[in-house]
Amino acid sequence: MKEKIRELRLMAKDPLLLTVVLVIFASVILFILYPLFKVIIVSVFPDGAFSLSMLGKVVSSWHLRTAFLNSLLMGTLTAVLGSLVGFIFAFTITRTNIPCKKFFNLIAIIPIISPPFIGALAIIMLFGNNGLISSTILGLTNTRIYGIRGLLFAQVITFFPVAYITLKGVLESISPTLEDAAMDLGGSRFKVFRKVTLPLAVPGIASAMLILFVETLADFGNPLILAGSRFSILSVQAYLEITGMYNLSKGAAIAFILLIPSMTAFLLQKYWVSKKQYITITGKPTTSSIKLVSPRVTWILFAVLSLFAAVIIMIYLTIIWGAFANTWGNDNTLTLRHFAYVFGVGFGAVTDTIIIAGLATPISGILGMVIAFLVVRKKFPGKHALEFSSMLSFAVPGTVIGIGYVLAFNSRPLVLTGTLAILLINFIFRYVPVGIQSGIAVLRQVDPSIEEAAIDLGADSQTTFKKITLPLMIPAFFSGLIYSFVRAMTAISAAIFLVSSQWNLMTVQIMSQVNSGRLGAAAAFSLVLVMIILLAILLIRSLLTYKYGKLGGTFMKI
Amino acid sequence: MSVLLKHITKIFKDPNNTAKEFTAVKDVNLDVHEGEMVTFLGPSGCGKTTTLRVISGFESPTEGEVWISGKMVNNDPPNKRDTSMVFQSYAIFPHLSVSQNIGFGLDLKGISKKEIRTQVETIMEVMNFKDLYNRRPDQLSGGQQQRVALARAIINKPKVLLFDEPLSNLDAKLRDQMRIEIRRIQQTFGITSIYVTHDQDEAMTVSDRIMVMNEGEVMQIGTPFEIYSRPANTFVSDFIGRVNFFPATVISAGTDGVVVKCFGQQRVIPSWNGEFVKDEQVNIVLRPESLILGKLEAGKPFAKGVIKRSVYLGPTVEYEIELEGMDALMLAVTYNPVKEGFYRDGEKIQIDFDPVSAHVLPR
Repeated sequence: MKEKIRELRLMAKDPLLLTVVLVIFASVILFILYPLFKVIIVSVFPDGAFSLSMLGKVVSSWHLRTAFLNSLLMGTLTAVLGSLVGFIFAFTITRTNIPCKKFFNLIAIIPIISPPFIGALAIIMLFGNNGLISSTILGLTNTRIYGIRGLLFAQVITFFPVAYITLKGVLESISPTLEDAAMDLGGSRFKVFRKVTLPLAVPGIASAMLILFVETLADFGNPLILAGSRFSILSVQAYLEITGMYNLSKGAAIAFILLIPSMTAFLLQKYWVSKKQYITITGKPTTSSIKLVSPRVTWILFAVLSLFAAVIIMIYLTIIWGAFANTWGNDNTLTLRHFAYVFGVGFGAVTDTIIIAGLATPISGILGMVIAFLVVRKKFPGKHALEFSSMLSFAVPGTVIGIGYVLAFNSRPLVLTGTLAILLINFIFRYVPVGIQSGIAVLRQVDPSIEEAAIDLGADSQTTFKKITLPLMIPAFFSGLIYSFVRAMTAISAAIFLVSSQWNLMTVQIMSQVNSGRLGAAAAFSLVLVMIILLAILLIRSLLTYKYGKLGGTFMKI
Repeated sequence: MSVLLKHITKIFKDPNNTAKEFTAVKDVNLDVHEGEMVTFLGPSGCGKTTTLRVISGFESPTEGEVWISGKMVNNDPPNKRDTSMVFQSYAIFPHLSVSQNIGFGLDLKGISKKEIRTQVETIMEVMNFKDLYNRRPDQLSGGQQQRVALARAIINKPKVLLFDEPLSNLDAKLRDQMRIEIRRIQQTFGITSIYVTHDQDEAMTVSDRIMVMNEGEVMQIGTPFEIYSRPANTFVSDFIGRVNFFPATVISAGTDGVVVKCFGQQRVIPSWNGEFVKDEQVNIVLRPESLILGKLEAGKPFAKGVIKRSVYLGPTVEYEIELEGMDALMLAVTYNPVKEGFYRDGEKIQIDFDPVSAHVLPR
C-alpha cells in the first residue's frame, strides 16, 4: 500500500505522465470495457430487470444451440487444419532447401492482406450454383458447396497464414544445432523430428491453434457467404438478430455466449501456453550443416506446398477474372463495367474506407506505442489492468464488439451511431493491441540505461520519449502500422454493425454485392481493396527507405 | 564537500510480497571532496551500484540524505541533478551519430548548433578520437563506445561524474589502457567523480580514495595504501589482494605497537586496527610479498615449512608453503626469480617478515 502511494506521489510530480495515464485509462474503460459491459448488461437485464430469461431462451433454442456447436466445431477444425498447413509451410521453409522459398513465403502471406472473405467469394465463383467448375465445366445444377465443407475450406485458406507466421517464428527460434546434436547422438531423422523439433514447437503450435480458434469463432465474412441455412454459425445469428429482427437484447445474449469460448481460449493462450514457450539461447545465429529432412521428404513437402500455392493462385486468378467478366458463369466476356460501378456508385465506400483506415491506423499505432512504453517502462497503479484490458479487443469477437458499440453509443450522452467517430474509435481500439505488442517486444530489447542516460543528461520524461524511445520504436511502429492498416481495410465483423448511409466500408459493400448475387462487382471491389493495400505498403516502405536509407527496407517483411 | 551522503539506506521490497524486504544499502555515510575520485569497491550485490543510483537519482533512498554541492537533492529527479553517468553498457543512443550522442546534453540545454559543434570537436580532440565525429554507434568498437560515453558525460561539465563499472565489457588489455585514460581525463578536467567497480586493480589505479562495501555496509573508506596495507577488518584484508593470517596472542598493546606472540616468539607490530587487551586472540596480517623466504638454516627462524607447490609466472614465482604447526597453506611471492633463485617443490625452507609490512587485526 505504501508503495502504491509512493508511486502515485511520484506520478503527481510528472503531470504529463499523470494526464496521459488518466486519459488512456478513461478511453480504455469507455471504448473497450464499457461496450463489453453493455453486452452483458443488456443480455441479463432484457427488460430493465435482472433476468436470465434471454440467456435461457438462447441456450434452450435448438437452432441457436446448434449454431453454437457449429461455431465450436468450425473453430476447432480450422484451428487443427489451419495450424497443420501453417506448420507444414513453416517447417518446409525453415528446415529444408526447397527452391522458390521466397515465392512460398509470399503465397502464405498474401491471404493476410486480402479481405477475409476473398476465399469464400472465389469458392462461390468456382463451385457455387453458377460456378465456373461446378456449373460451366461439370454442368451441375445443384452444388453442395454451402455448408461445412465449403466454409472449412475457406477458413483454412483464410487463417493458415496466421499460424504460418507464428510457427515460422517458433521454428526459427529453435536452433538447428539442437537437431544436429540429436543426430550426432545417433537419432534418425524422423526420431529427431519427433523427439526434439516437435516437442520444442508444441507450445507454439498450441498457441497458433488457440489464436486460430479465436479468430475463426469471431469471423463473420466467410460464414455469412458460405454457411448457408444448413450450417448456421453463431456470429452470423447474432448479426441477423440485430440487423434483421432488431432484437438487441437477443443479439446481445448471443454475443455474450460467443464471448465465453473465445475468452477461455484467449486466457489459455496468454497465461498458460505462452508461459510454456521454450527459449533456446544461442550466441550467434547458426546454420545447420546436416539437413533434418531427407531429399525424398523434401520433394513431398515441395509438392504439398505447390498444391496449396496453386489453390491460392487459382483463388486470386478467379477474383481477377471475375472482376473483368461481364456476368460470371453466364457471359465471361471481358468488361470494365464492374470497375465503372466501383469508381462510380460505389466510390463513396472506397473513399470512406481509405479515410477511416488512414485516420484510425496512425492514431491506433501511436496509442499502442505510448501504452507499450507505459507498461514496460513506467510504474503506476493499475498497470497490469491497463495492459490486460487494452489487449482484450484481441480476444473479443468483432461481432461482440460491434454489438457492444451499438448498445453503448446509441443513447445519451454518447450518441455516436451513424457517425465517422464511432467507426474511427472502433478501429483505433480494435487494432491498438497490434501496436502494443510490437512496441512491448521492441522496448524489452532496448537497454533501459539508454533512456536513463538521456534523463541523466537532463532530459525530462517527455523529451526522452520523443528523442530517444520513439525513434527506437519506429521500425516496430511502422510494421505495426502496416498490419493494423491491413486489418482496418479488411475488417468487417464489428464494422458491419456500425456503418451507415453516410459512412460505408468497402468490405460491407463486397458483402452486400455477394448477397445480392452481383459477384462481378464484389470481385472488382475486392481487387481494388487489395490494390489499395499494396499501394499503401509500397508507399510507407519507400517513405521509410527515403527517410532512413537502407535501414527502412529492413523494417518490414511483408 | 562535493557529494555528501548522510545515513543512506535503501530497502527494496518484493512487489509481489511486500513483507519480503532486501536491504541493499545500510547507513552509508560518505563525504567526497571537490575534484576527488572515490571508488565504490565490493563483491557483486554489495550495494555499490545501488548507492551510485541513489546519487544519480534513479533510486530514491529509503532513509538518509543526498547532498550535492551543498544542496539536499533527495527530491530532485535525475534530469535535474547536476550529475552525469557513464553506464556499464555505455547506453550509446543507437539512432544518433557519435557527435549527436556527445552533443545530446548540450542540445537539451538549447545551446546553438555552432557552439555544440565547437565543444564536441574540442572534447573529441582532447580525448584523441576526433576522426569518429560522423560515425554511427554500430561502427564503433567497445573502446570507442567507451570514449563516446565518457565524452558525452564530461561535455556537460557536471558537478559529479558517475561511473557504473564502465570497463567491465572491455578485454583485459584495453581495460588497463582505459583506466589510465579515465584517470588522466578526470584529473585534466578536475571533475569530482565516483566510480563503481568490483575489480580491485581498477580501484587501486583510478582512485584517490576507495570505499569498500559488503552486504550493503561500508567496510572501510581510505586511500589505496590504507586499504591494502592497513585494512580495517578481515573482510577488507581478504577482499583486496591476497593475504596470509598468522594466529597470535596479544602480550601488550602500547602506543607504538602491539606486542604479539606467534610460533612461541614475540614480535612488535607497529600497525594495527582495534583495541586490544592482554591475551586477546588476534591475526597477524601478512601479504604474500611480505614473507621473506630463506633456505633452512641453523638458529631460530619465525617459522619453518616445506614448499608444497610452486608456480612460475615470469616476473614472479608463487609458492604454497606448509608451515610447521599450521593447517592452512601460506602463500608467498618472490620477485626477479632469475636473480633471487628458485625453491623446489618439497624443499625445506624458513620464513620471516619485516614488522613494518605486517598489520594486526582482531581474530
